[in-house]
Amino acid sequence: MSALRGRGGTAVVEAPTCRRSEQNPIIARERKMHAIEVSGISKEFFKWESANKKKDVNGEADGARKSWFARKLPHRTKVTALEDVSFHVKPGEIFGLLGPNGSGKSTLIRILSTLLIPDAGEVRILGRDVVKDIYEVQRLINRVSVDAAFFKKLSAHENLIYAARLYGVPSNKVQALAKEILGKIAFDLDRYLDPLEDFSRGMQQKVAIARALLTSPIVLLLDEPTTGLDPKSKREVQAFLLDVRKENDATIILTTHDMDEADRLCDRIGIIDKGKIIALDTSEGLKSMVLDDLNGGAKDKKITDITLEDVFLHLTGGILKNEEAE
Amino acid sequence: MKSMNTAINSVPVRLLSELKAGYAFLERNVNLTRRYIGWEICFLVYSMVSAFSIGLIGKTMGAGDEQAVLYLIIGALMWNFLANIFNEIAHTISWERWEGTLEYTFMAPVHRLTHLMGVTWFAILYGLVRTLLVLFAATWFFGLNLEGANIPGALVVLACACFPMLGLGLVVAVLPLMSAEKGSQAAHIILGLILLISGVYYPISALPAWLQPFGYISPVTYTLNGVRSALLEGTPTVQLLSLSGALVLSGLVLIPVGYFIFLQGEKYAKRHGLLKRSG
Repeated sequence: MSALRGRGGTAVVEAPTCRRSEQNPIIARERKMHAIEVSGISKEFFKWESANKKKDVNGEADGARKSWFARKLPHRTKVTALEDVSFHVKPGEIFGLLGPNGSGKSTLIRILSTLLIPDAGEVRILGRDVVKDIYEVQRLINRVSVDAAFFKKLSAHENLIYAARLYGVPSNKVQALAKEILGKIAFDLDRYLDPLEDFSRGMQQKVAIARALLTSPIVLLLDEPTTGLDPKSKREVQAFLLDVRKENDATIILTTHDMDEADRLCDRIGIIDKGKIIALDTSEGLKSMVLDDLNGGAKDKKITDITLEDVFLHLTGGILKNEEAE
Repeated sequence: MKSMNTAINSVPVRLLSELKAGYAFLERNVNLTRRYIGWEICFLVYSMVSAFSIGLIGKTMGAGDEQAVLYLIIGALMWNFLANIFNEIAHTISWERWEGTLEYTFMAPVHRLTHLMGVTWFAILYGLVRTLLVLFAATWFFGLNLEGANIPGALVVLACACFPMLGLGLVVAVLPLMSAEKGSQAAHIILGLILLISGVYYPISALPAWLQPFGYISPVTYTLNGVRSALLEGTPTVQLLSLSGALVLSGLVLIPVGYFIFLQGEKYAKRHGLLKRSG
């Protein structure tokens, strides 16, 4: 973590006292530990490149030296998705993960979701290892991904009851619970028995959110959950997530491209680029850090106000810095 | 934390939760069958027409011999049933990947065996219903006389044959896990090879000599022999028990082997990021 930029790392909004922790002594005890601990995670993938692409990458001179087979056949290249990523998330915290496309956000979410095994490092959710204690971890988590993946021919009810059964939620409670959740995010309940294929993307995403919350996860992994929602629905979902955190003591990891959303919801934000966490702080801490950087330590600060989007662009592409320099 | 682990892992709780999850897969597939009813009718009609065509070949080549027709019809029916079980298990992964739900299924706190068993139970029920419908249609179409046939005996053999087919299905199901498109294609090729070597429409003695040993190790060969023996010759169930037992035994070997291979494939897929559809 020493390589991380930022200075307000301790200024985390503490989660409010919650009903669930009071009721459950085990959860209350576990509040003392980190909800999520990511230590030195690395992940590489191999991709097959076509012979033509290889020629472009290696150049004619390099290609000419190699054998006919080496030049003509596709070859495997290594892509680093995550490199020595470490951070922790406190119980009840909403932790934002921002990064450009292909920066490794979804890879990280997949590792936390037990869908990917890291090459190196360790991830613990409430003290349980995501590789070794897979079954226990799976009972604690749920995920909403950017693509609302469902059996599209089945109705919202059929999809939700299927998901609920997999997590051991009593089937007689599913409908009431699902309708309660869907009602809070302004889902048209008259469409509850309609096939998902007839729903707009926004409506499908609302069902996806209900599917994740039906199982009362202690850790909720949200991979761009509001992408595709209209501004009103987006606000409703965001308000609902704050409610979930408050009432259920859920710890949330949120990846998003919506900077206002991150600013509004997240207690701390990690910015990931090319598989590395390049900054981690509260929104205010990040802004302050970038302001200092842009003003170059000068006493008469030329730039006094900055948005999270400016921070993101400055840290991941240097666009703002260049613009200001001009 | 210890008490929480104990609660989650206690055998009755875990077993009940696995049973519910197994039922979830069965119920999901029943719902999907209802929603895809147009395709189901299409597949059923195709199976019937296929069985009729094969029966008609028997009628022509066997100079009206009802035994020859029944021999081929049994082949068509049994292949329909066993291939269906094989397909449901083998393609459950590629199908979920296509729907985009594979990651959610693999993320759920459900034992992989429960997942695959749930799919299998549906496959058996579905296959049985479809096979019986084709059997009734073929009986009507050819005016078949099943008097003297040992139908319960044939069903016993068929039930026992589900075990090795489940094992084979598990072995093949791993292929779409490793490669989305090529795995599914490979599964179809393997199914075709089983059809070729197992004497579905001809005795395996008709195969070239070098292929015959493969026919002798295929559980489908013994299933067909047992069912034909029960239906064509009316062999008593007691005499079919040794063959049925052998089928169960082969299943008891193939299921753990198939499951082990599947788990290794799952680990490989999780190391190489093969569960995702996109993103």
